[in-house]
Amino acid sequence: MLDENLARHAALLAEARAGGAGLVVFPELGLTGYQLQDLAAEVAMHADDRRLLGLAAETGGLSAVVSFVEEADDHRLFISAALLEDGDVRFVHRKLFLPTYGLFDERRFFAAGDRLRAVDSRLGIRLGIGVCEDFWHMSVPETLALDGAQMLINVSSSPGRDLAAIHEVGLGTAVSWRTLMRTYAQLTTCFAVFCNRVGVDETVTFWGGSEVVAPSGEAVFTAPLFDEGLHFVDVELGDVRRERIGLPLLRDERPELHLRELRRILAERTGMAPDQASEWPDVREAPEPDDSPEPDDVHDGWTPRQTGGVPNRWSASGGDEADR
Amino acid sequence: MNTDEAVPPDPSFEPGSPMFELPAELAIDTVVARRVMVGFIRNQLQQAGFGRALLGLSGGIDSALVAYLVAEAIGAEMLLCVLMPYRTSSSESVEHASLVVSELGCASEIVDISPMVDGYFGRDGDLGAGGQASLDASQLRRGNVMARQRMSVLYDRSVLWGGLVAGTGNKTESLIGYTTLFGDSACAFNPIGDLYKSQVRQVAAAVGVPEAIIRKAPSADLWPGQTDEAEAGFTYPELDRLLFWMIDKRRTDEELVAMGFPTVAVERVKRLVAASEFKRQVPPVAKLGPRTTGVDYLYPRRRPGSARR
Repeated sequence: MLDENLARHAALLAEARAGGAGLVVFPELGLTGYQLQDLAAEVAMHADDRRLLGLAAETGGLSAVVSFVEEADDHRLFISAALLEDGDVRFVHRKLFLPTYGLFDERRFFAAGDRLRAVDSRLGIRLGIGVCEDFWHMSVPETLALDGAQMLINVSSSPGRDLAAIHEVGLGTAVSWRTLMRTYAQLTTCFAVFCNRVGVDETVTFWGGSEVVAPSGEAVFTAPLFDEGLHFVDVELGDVRRERIGLPLLRDERPELHLRELRRILAERTGMAPDQASEWPDVREAPEPDDSPEPDDVHDGWTPRQTGGVPNRWSASGGDEADR
Repeated sequence: MNTDEAVPPDPSFEPGSPMFELPAELAIDTVVARRVMVGFIRNQLQQAGFGRALLGLSGGIDSALVAYLVAEAIGAEMLLCVLMPYRTSSSESVEHASLVVSELGCASEIVDISPMVDGYFGRDGDLGAGGQASLDASQLRRGNVMARQRMSVLYDRSVLWGGLVAGTGNKTESLIGYTTLFGDSACAFNPIGDLYKSQVRQVAAAVGVPEAIIRKAPSADLWPGQTDEAEAGFTYPELDRLLFWMIDKRRTDEELVAMGFPTVAVERVKRLVAASEFKRQVPPVAKLGPRTTGVDYLYPRRRPGSARR
C-alpha cells in the first residue's frame, strides 16, 4: 500500500514538473490512507526514512507537500505534512488538533504536534502548513500569518457529510471548507491552498473540491467534487503585496494585546487568577459568612458578579491587571 | 404535516399529483447523494475483490433503488436480483420486481421460499420441523423466519454468483427497529442505510425507479394487506421528520413537543429507537484477553490483504 502510494506520488511529481509546476500539494495522509486505526503503526515512517528521502529526491527544482504517518524517536505517531524541496525533507509539520468526536477518532491513534511555525520555501515566499482540523482553529492561520506566511496550505482528508439540499454545492462539508479558507485568505491577506482527498474509505467518502484562494478571499481555482485530478493553477505572487498595501489588516494586528489577554485567560483557566468565566464561585475569593451577599444577589453563574471583591468581567480592561 | 413545506421532487413529474410527500428539511441534493452511493458501492466491491453483487428484490422501493444504484456502479450485467416470494406474497410484489429487472436488464431468479418456511412451521395441520409449537405460530414469528430464509438464500446465491450481498434497509426502519436481526438487515454493505424513507423516495424518483413502485404504500408483505404505516401508526413523512429532529438535530423531547410533535409520538418513537439499539450493533464479546476484536483490536474492515484476490 505504502509503496504503491509512494510510486503514485513520484509519478504525479514528474507529471507536475512536466506541466511547469513549482509547488505540488498532496492531501492529508496521501501516502498511507486515512482510515488506519491499528494500521497506523504499520505504515509509520521516521522523517528520515529512506522511502521518504527517496520521494524527496524526486523534487529537484520543485516544492512538494506530502503527508504521512510520522513515527518519532520516542515512538509517538503523528499525522504529519512534510515540505520536500530540491531533494530534501525541508520541514515537517505535525498535526496539532486531532478531532476525536463525531465520526473522528484520531486522538486514540495519534499524538498531537506542539509546534507551529511558517517556513521559508525555495519559491521565495514563506509557507504556513496545516493539516485538516488545524484550520478549524483560528489561532493556526492567524499564527502562521503573523509568522510571516504568505501562503497558507491546508492538506485534508475531509469526509463528506450533510447532504441537505439547501447548500450551494449540496454538501455541507464542502460549504464549510470554502467558507473557512476564503475567510482565512481574506483576513490574513495570504494565498490559501486547500487540498482535499478524493475517494472512499469504509463508510466515508472524501469529496475533493480542492481550492486555491487569492489574498483577496476570492477563489482562483476550485476543483470538482469527487473527481481525482492533478490541477495546475497559476498564481500571481505579487497579489500578496498589492492586497496588503490596499488592505493592511496584517499590519494592524495586535498580537501584544492578544497575548496579554490570552495570558489572563490562561491564568484564570489554570486557577492562577480568579476565573470570571467560571460558573463556580471562586473558593479562594469566597466571602466570609458575614460578608454574604444579599439573597437576591447570589451569583447565578450567568449574570456578572457585582459584589464580593471579584473584578467584574465586563468592566475589566487591560489596565486592571496590576490590581489582581 | 404542513404540506406547504413539501418540496416537489422533480419538476418533470408535474403536472399531476406529487408521487410522494417530502418534508422540506429532509430534501437532499440527489446528484451528490447518488454520486456518493454509487462510489461507495464500487469501492466496497473493489476493496473486497469482487466485481459482482446481488440483492433480494422485493418489489418495494428500497431494494428497487439499490438495484438501480448497483447497476449504475458496476453495470447491470454484474447484478443478480433474487426474487423470493412466499405463497401469500402479493402478486404485485413479483410484478414490480420483474419490472425493475426488465428495466435494468440485470440477471434475476425466483426462489420460492414457501417450502422452506412451511417445512419449518408446517402447513394445513401437518407438522413441520418446528413441531407442534410452530403450527399456529404468530405473524411475528412467521415474518422473522421468512426474512431469515431470504437471508439464507441470498448468502447461498452469493457463492454461486460470486458477488457480495448489497443491503437494502433504510435509516427509518433501522432506527425504529422495524427489521429482522440477521434477516433483512444482513448484508455485506448498505448504500441506503443513512437515507430516511422520504429521502429514499426522493432519490428513487431522481434515478428513474418506476413510478408505480414509488407511489405504492410501503409494505414488508409478510402477510396479506400489511402496510408499514398501518402497522407503525405513523406516516413516513411524519416519522422521518420526527427522527430527523430527534436524532440528526439533537432536539430534546421538550423542544420536539414545542415544534408541534405530539407528546405520545415523541415518547413512542424514543422508546422504539432505544429498544432496538441492539439490532444496530455488533453483539458484545466478553473482554478476556489483551486484545479483543472490536474493542482494542481495531482495523478497517477492508485493509491490505483483505481482498479475495
